[in-house]
Amino acid sequence: MISDVVMATLHVLAIALGAPLLVGILRTLKARLVGRRGPSPWQPYRDLRKLFGKTPVVSTTTSWVFRATPYVLVATMVVAAMAAPVLSSRPPLAFAGIIMLMYLFLLGTFFLTLAGLDAGSAFGGMGSSREVAVAALAEPTVILAVFALSLQANTTNLGGVVDRLADNPLLAANPSHLLAFAAFFIVMLAETGRLPVDNPATHLELTMIHEAMVLEYSGRHLALVEWASAMKLLLFLTLLANLFFPWGVPQALAPRPLLIGAAVLAGKLAILAVGIAVLETSIAKLRLFRVPELLAGSFALALLSVTAVFLLR
Amino acid sequence: MGVAVYVVTAVLGTAAAVAGMAGMLGHGWHASLAWLVPLGGLALEMDRLAGLFVALVGATSVPVSVYAVGYAGRERRGALAYLVFVGAMLLVPLASNIMTFAIAWELMSLASYVLVVQRRDGASAHAGWVYAIMTHAGLGCLLAGMLLLGGWTGSARFAEWALAAPGLDPTARSIVWVLLAVGFLAKAGAMPLHVWLPLAHPAAPSHVSALMSGVMIKLGVYGLVRASFGWLGPGPTWWGTVLLLLGAAAAVGGVLYALTDRDLKRLLAYSSIENIGIILIGLGAALAFRSTAAEALALLSLTAALYHVVNHAAFKSLLFMAAGSVLHATGTRDLEALGGLVKRMPWTAAAFFTGAAAIAALPPLNGFVSEWLTFQALLQNVRLPVPGLNLVFTVAIAALALTGGLAVACFVKAYGVGFLALPRSEAAAAAHEAPVPMRAGMALAALACLALGVGAATAVERLGAVAVTLVPAASPIAIGPWRTLEVSEGFASLSTAAVAIALAGALALPLVALALAGARPRVRRYETWGCGRLLQTARMEYTATAFANPFTRIFDFFYRPVKRLDIDTHPESRFFVQRIAYDNPTRFVIDDWLYRPAGLALRALAHRAAAIQSGSPNLYLAYVLAVLLLLLVLA
Repeated sequence: MISDVVMATLHVLAIALGAPLLVGILRTLKARLVGRRGPSPWQPYRDLRKLFGKTPVVSTTTSWVFRATPYVLVATMVVAAMAAPVLSSRPPLAFAGIIMLMYLFLLGTFFLTLAGLDAGSAFGGMGSSREVAVAALAEPTVILAVFALSLQANTTNLGGVVDRLADNPLLAANPSHLLAFAAFFIVMLAETGRLPVDNPATHLELTMIHEAMVLEYSGRHLALVEWASAMKLLLFLTLLANLFFPWGVPQALAPRPLLIGAAVLAGKLAILAVGIAVLETSIAKLRLFRVPELLAGSFALALLSVTAVFLLR
Repeated sequence: MGVAVYVVTAVLGTAAAVAGMAGMLGHGWHASLAWLVPLGGLALEMDRLAGLFVALVGATSVPVSVYAVGYAGRERRGALAYLVFVGAMLLVPLASNIMTFAIAWELMSLASYVLVVQRRDGASAHAGWVYAIMTHAGLGCLLAGMLLLGGWTGSARFAEWALAAPGLDPTARSIVWVLLAVGFLAKAGAMPLHVWLPLAHPAAPSHVSALMSGVMIKLGVYGLVRASFGWLGPGPTWWGTVLLLLGAAAAVGGVLYALTDRDLKRLLAYSSIENIGIILIGLGAALAFRSTAAEALALLSLTAALYHVVNHAAFKSLLFMAAGSVLHATGTRDLEALGGLVKRMPWTAAAFFTGAAAIAALPPLNGFVSEWLTFQALLQNVRLPVPGLNLVFTVAIAALALTGGLAVACFVKAYGVGFLALPRSEAAAAAHEAPVPMRAGMALAALACLALGVGAATAVERLGAVAVTLVPAASPIAIGPWRTLEVSEGFASLSTAAVAIALAGALALPLVALALAGARPRVRRYETWGCGRLLQTARMEYTATAFANPFTRIFDFFYRPVKRLDIDTHPESRFFVQRIAYDNPTRFVIDDWLYRPAGLALRALAHRAAAIQSGSPNLYLAYVLAVLLLLLVLA
């Protein structure tokens, strides 16, 4: 029981405190790649501190949904952090599998898209409509990609998948695993609002999705929303790192393996971050109605991956 | 008059719920009244499955009847039909021979028909007409199937079918299964037999819609379960494959229809088709697993399907009651004319919010648990060594996932456009909160959604005990510490209670931290930011149509959208626009490909048949004589 509480705290702290750094590193890397100096990787922490100190402005049109959403968002990410195999393959909420995790993210999306509609501005509605469309189309791919993994591991519990794949390194080298990785990677870009689906650095009316939806937020509320989306990005990258490259994820709860595990995870995340930064500087944003084609492509990859498992067994 | 009937129905519902739960726990009984009607008399039998559905009808009719006291208590019309409707629905699961079943089933259909056409306007007359055609076509299939089975087994009593049916020829059993499945699926509203549902549900008064959608269509599911698992015995794999694919089509098709609809009650009706689809996916999986001797997985799938039946009854009756309150307060069901209700009707808005979150399968509410169980059942298809069947399961998994995502979009639209932001019409601006009985009914149903979600372990145990009488196998679900559901020894596990506690804790944490830090959570109220425009009106809000537009474009093969833009300019100069008319109706692929050709064919056939119809009684008498002679010769 005590160790569970300690682990839960560690998981939540790792995700919550690491998330702004990941966003900062991505921004710095992207700036360097295009030849700018860019801000320090620690800038997101300063932004958050500044925002937390400001009084939020809340529209008179809004209801309780608008004010509750930032807290609900952070709460879903905190629970997700407790359910995901972050530092150890025995997360504190060990029973929660990938389906639970995906529906927790949907819970956040549900509130956030409602909040976008709540202020009654056209921007918010536009952002909500687009965000929920992308989330809905991404759902089948996520489930199928994870299905391919769970077929090999014979469990949908995340810790079990990590353990099983780490024990059999050959499983991770078969075509189905690589296809599932590709599908999950594309979906990750869509779910966390990265290029080519959404551009996190723009406020251009015609193209923005996530930023349009949270346009009405300010001060403390904006800080929570931004923090939650950073946590979502970190969680997705962690899942990608630990589910598809499940080596160096400790099972034991002793301090030494946990430290080594954290270092290995940081290394894997750094590689993924460099990959995303290179990708984002080398491609342009897709037109909104080309996004479904991209998602359909990732769905096809996931379907192929599942079929490959059936054919190769 | 009205109030008295609704109170009586609530009492009847409570008694039925208690009796049904006793039946679920194994207190079976049977009763018969042989002299009352011919052909076997009236015969009732209570077993665990019947108990589940009697309890479901009873328990759902209690909050709905309480609600009806406020909604329709002053009207006399429709009250008696409502009582008959509930009574007939209670009889259907208990019927234990063909005669009793036919009487109860037809009584249920007729009572609901009377309630659908109650308003006596063009729309409800049309709805009633389509409903009558579909429900009687279904009844025809049911009777044909039952009489064939009765003839082949030599008995009209259901209990003897289960014993005799396994000895029948497989083709004969499949013929009967198809007939019964078509009949029951027409009542359940599965695609493509769903056409009556989006017409009848909005036309009926809201408390009746709540029961029709919450429980009446579930009796179609009851019949399907009874026929597939009880009467006909183990069948071939294609029964399961057909149901899996039909369910996948109904789930995705239903939610796509719902997503673009702007009529609040029709949206809910389409969403019922979606949920029937999810239930059928579970049933199909159960049949497919059973036919390949994976009994434990069949039991899991059947439990998941029954769980979704119960859950859908809870949240869909809640949503229809909330939609009824909105209709009561504003006089409109059009989402584009609603908005801003969250401040004017906080209770109704909270009820609708709970129902929307539950139906969108958000943890820790009840819809999530049954969808999760269905997913777990489907994912284990890997244990079947049949690649073709594996592929069908994969399609169903993808369809279920897509349905989950689209359902979230659909209910964000319904709640966000219908209840949030500024009111879009004067009627919505002048809305008032529903009277106390209506609020009480909604509160009861909302509590049921929460209880069925957090108490998932208990519900699964009870439903598993019902399912195991149909599919005898060792249960693959164990209950671990923290009321954790453990599926197939480590394949998957879930504890909604722990999730609920974790979510509540994570929500409370920042608030407690703020309070301890002594910070006062101040906010400044100001108008919505608007790029410098002078005032904000409801016309600047995103509409329901606009919200659904990305989906209309993405799934254009399904919706077949047409855009009509009509601009009249001044004859002198084309820069002076006098009038703009814009319309973007959607047509649906099922209407285009199935019902329009079928309607045309029927009309052509009727035209041909008109040739022998002269209107002369003498000729008609001659026809009668000819047929009689023909029958005598043949006999």
